[in-house]
Amino acid sequence: MASLHVLANPARFRRFSQRVLPALSVATALALAVGLWLALVESPPDYQQGETVRIMFLHVPSAWLSMMGYALLAALGASLLVWRHPLAALMARAAAPVGAVFAAVCLLTGALWGRPMWGTYWVWDARLTSMLLLFFLYLGHIALSRAYDDSERGDRAAAILALVGVINLPVIKFSVDWWNTLHQPASVMKLGGPSIDPSILTPLLVMALALLLLFVVLVLLRTETEIDRRRLEAAEMAL
Amino acid sequence: MVNHTPFIVGAYIVALVGFGGLAIASLVARRRIRRELSARGLERR
Repeated sequence: MASLHVLANPARFRRFSQRVLPALSVATALALAVGLWLALVESPPDYQQGETVRIMFLHVPSAWLSMMGYALLAALGASLLVWRHPLAALMARAAAPVGAVFAAVCLLTGALWGRPMWGTYWVWDARLTSMLLLFFLYLGHIALSRAYDDSERGDRAAAILALVGVINLPVIKFSVDWWNTLHQPASVMKLGGPSIDPSILTPLLVMALALLLLFVVLVLLRTETEIDRRRLEAAEMAL
Repeated sequence: MVNHTPFIVGAYIVALVGFGGLAIASLVARRRIRRELSARGLERR
């Protein structure tokens, strides 16, 4: 925990980020190459979904990461409001668009899977609707953080939205248990372990690792930019 | 028999455009900010 507080200093974080980004970028490229090979070439068609199971290798990790990204936004929001960590606001500004893109990819790939499997691109069931709400929460966070001339006010307003919106995460996770939905129940993160065959589970987990690395790389890269942007704004105000 | 290929290809194109576009936009933004910092003599290694 102490090391996290040390990294809350933007200059120190920037130096740390510059050290780890090259290695993380290479690891991301390698993991993506292996993941795509497994997803598109090695894995067999599913006995029910056929070839469309290959869409799941994008859809499911995107869903996990968009939820993880929102949990990160909420943690950064709490960090900003409680401890006033200067890095928290900058990282939240950097992470929100990344999370929004992951949520959008989850929704669009889900629609492209739903059309051949369910016969429709969209239904207003609890899982799909709560996921759409998550995407709107991301857009709200991006809009709010940029809505004020005083960036600190915008960051605080966005932090409050992130904390309020975190209630949507358990709704997304348990929507398939609480309500009768067209969306299938959990098959990986559930009690008793995954119920997916290893030939499908392996590419899914490798793609999840690759996209997690991509998420981290994008957030670090964008946080560096936000730190530099704040420095530039401070220099312009001083003139 | 419905051909599922367009849906699978479409999903991977969506991901490529989404993630690739975000990565390119992030790199372009970083380069622009660094150039502006450099123009003011504020660049930091």
